[in-house]
Amino acid sequence: MNTKIRRLKKKNFSNTFIIIFAVVLNIVVSLLMGHWSYSWLPIQASEAAHYVDNLFAFETSIGTFIFLGCTGTMAWILVFNRAPKYDESNGEPLEGNLKLEIIWTIVPLILVLAISTYSTRVNYKLENLGSKIKYDFGAEVPFVEEKKVFDYGPIDVISRQWNWEFVYPNGIHSSELHLPINKRSNFRLITEDVIHSFYVPAFRLKQDIIPGSVITYSLTPTKEGVFRLRDAMFSGAYFSQNQTNVIVEPEDVFNKWIKETVKKEPQNGLNPAGRLYEKRLKNGNRGWATVKPAPDPKVNEVGSEARPHDS
Amino acid sequence: MTIVNYDPRLVKTKNPYPKGPNDWKRFFSFNTDAKVIGIQYIVTALFFLLIGGLLGMLIRGELITPPSDLFDPTVYNGLYTMHGTIMLFLFLFPILSGLTNLLVPPMIGAPDMAFPKLNALAFWLVPVFSIILLLSFFVPGGPASSGWWSYPPISIQNPLGKVLNGEMLWIIAISLSGISSIIGAVNFVTTIIRMRAPGMGFFKMPIFIWTVLAAQLLQLLGLPALTGGAIMLFFDLTFGTSFFRVEGGGDPVLFQHFFWFYSHPAVYVMVLPVFGIFSELFPVYSRKPLFGYKFVAVASFGITILSLVVWVHHMFYTGTPMWMRNLFMFTTMLIAVPTGVKVFAWIATLWGGNIRLSTPMLFCLGGLFNFIFGGITGVMLATVPVDIHVGNTYFVVAHFHYIIFNTIAFGIFAAIYHWFPKFTGKMFYEGLGKVHFALTFIGATLNWLPLHWAGLLGMPRRVASYDPEFAIWNVLASVGAFILGVASIPFILNMVSSWVRGKPAPPNPWKAIGLEWLLPSPPPHENFEEDIPTVLNEPYCYGLNKPFVEDEQFYIEKSLIKH
Repeated sequence: MNTKIRRLKKKNFSNTFIIIFAVVLNIVVSLLMGHWSYSWLPIQASEAAHYVDNLFAFETSIGTFIFLGCTGTMAWILVFNRAPKYDESNGEPLEGNLKLEIIWTIVPLILVLAISTYSTRVNYKLENLGSKIKYDFGAEVPFVEEKKVFDYGPIDVISRQWNWEFVYPNGIHSSELHLPINKRSNFRLITEDVIHSFYVPAFRLKQDIIPGSVITYSLTPTKEGVFRLRDAMFSGAYFSQNQTNVIVEPEDVFNKWIKETVKKEPQNGLNPAGRLYEKRLKNGNRGWATVKPAPDPKVNEVGSEARPHDS
Repeated sequence: MTIVNYDPRLVKTKNPYPKGPNDWKRFFSFNTDAKVIGIQYIVTALFFLLIGGLLGMLIRGELITPPSDLFDPTVYNGLYTMHGTIMLFLFLFPILSGLTNLLVPPMIGAPDMAFPKLNALAFWLVPVFSIILLLSFFVPGGPASSGWWSYPPISIQNPLGKVLNGEMLWIIAISLSGISSIIGAVNFVTTIIRMRAPGMGFFKMPIFIWTVLAAQLLQLLGLPALTGGAIMLFFDLTFGTSFFRVEGGGDPVLFQHFFWFYSHPAVYVMVLPVFGIFSELFPVYSRKPLFGYKFVAVASFGITILSLVVWVHHMFYTGTPMWMRNLFMFTTMLIAVPTGVKVFAWIATLWGGNIRLSTPMLFCLGGLFNFIFGGITGVMLATVPVDIHVGNTYFVVAHFHYIIFNTIAFGIFAAIYHWFPKFTGKMFYEGLGKVHFALTFIGATLNWLPLHWAGLLGMPRRVASYDPEFAIWNVLASVGAFILGVASIPFILNMVSSWVRGKPAPPNPWKAIGLEWLLPSPPPHENFEEDIPTVLNEPYCYGLNKPFVEDEQFYIEKSLIKH
């Protein structure tokens, strides 16, 4: 009898050891995954990127811990609790455990409270979205008083099926978006047809552009380079062509660009969808129906489709 | 607690189809037998799984290289729109209605559904709207191509200006699908509330029945919003009204509210019965009681209630004010709590069991594994700052395929295998089943795991072409998709040959507890006929030595008699 208790104690001890070892291993792996998760994301090129990536890493760590905890337990069960062939007997008939059930209701509740509090703080910190004001579609876009301070702007971001046009405060029109580094730039997001989305992965920012509304938006680029701006809300036939570049420059280079571009004569800007549509017409207009692409925008700065991008 | 609300007069109704039960023609008729309707639904839905899967492979064929070179982009847009629509409205909803039809009456000891004729009507609407939807491939201008969300203004642009167009047929098909689902929901809810066997109080019902009740109540609450929205969209498209048309003062964002108010809960309508399937199968194949039965049962309704107040998480970047984003982030994350209760309960059910890795169990375990992963990426997506980066990218596509295919379809396959002997009277081939599982698991993982990284790097969803830096993830995904295509071969082979010439199935091949397992395989037309069992306990008392029904031996012997 005594030896049996001793053996049970010994077994309990080794079980406790295995559990502690597994939990510690899981914590280590989860922290490593969180650390690794930064490499899955594009370059951090705006003020927001740093916050988003930290939050994502935090969630990756928690997620990894839960995932490995659950699936590790499942793997353990699959190794040690398999029924031998022809054994149809029942397992240990546990019906439940109130304490355990309360724990696994409360712990996730605390976790989601923590995550949502953390993200709410980040939301208030960034405050990219300004106001959204409705206007008569087709009429002139109204002026919007921006409550939050910004350093540069407002730049009008005009989205169409399927090209982008940027209008600077001094009247320059451009097919690419040039921005000064470390300045909070302000935008008026405008669409002339359907819903588009202003999405720059390197900035970690996305904002839909709604027909009949003008939306103000501010962001601070923090890294020099060329980054892709992609329409992220499906906008029809040539949706995947509705992309351009964002060029973040030091302030003096940016100012020089403004000064030189204003002297340039307006000419046809980037419109890859227009070129594809012409090709389609030449090949007999095969395929399913689409609206015609908007005509080439008239811009002072044409930019370049072939420009290599950093992310 | 004994609730006896079962009306024995119901079994006195005449057999609606007087010919013998082995006549194959009944599957092509307006039959009112829930078991026939169930199989009609399932076979129709599996046919559309093949069509939807073929479209999926065409999509992956286009995306295996960065430029748009296989199709014109307009064709690509039509194909992906139809892929999503067919998979949701012609495969997932019908197949779950089919399983629900097969399982609900036998599981609760009812002879049939409460409204057999409505039931047949709900089914026969499926071929009607399916044909309408498929016809849209052949109208001028091609099928609907604005995505399965059909957001205005893109959906009401109508480039050719014709009254008859793909988008219009799409809206009609979706509205009919909504009507079919509402009819089905009324039927399921009534049947479950009114026709349970004596003694089967709510806390003695199988979890599958709990989840069906929770899911079908959601259908009743949510579907009117979508169907209403679809009708307004139809008016905007066809008659030039301006519910959502900006030129007339309408607001396109309003449609997004109507759409997601139903279409987010729709995911729970699909996943809840699959949670029910997991809860049924894990106890059987680990020979243990379901851990925390009451918690698991009540958690279904926790999910139902919460899922009605989360829809704005699809609209975090449409200009939604800050307070609303924070609120909906919190409600969305709360769903992790009742869902976690279920996941932990399943793992605790497995713990210390006598695990048998048969085909249905493999699909359940694979589905649970994938669901834990998809649940975690779901919480990430609920987080506003993260969603603002990865929303509308391939991260979302990967996440929802992890839920909708890697969890829901896995659960459906598990259910098909598990109950196949019961309703066809034949055993399936275990070896082919395992091949099907292995190919499906490998294909699905390869298809959707890599796409998370494409999304994190900023590849928008729904693109026909993409920048070359995303190529590697897309090549892997395409290979996975083609493996999934191959996986359908052993499945079809298994189902067809087993049904035609499989070994006859005993009444209870898995030694499971449950009313359906006390019936012969296949069950007679009116299930228990005059001898409705009195239920004493919930159907999970493995190893507890608690009787399941009064006079169990009588039913076991009766089920063995050839009829």
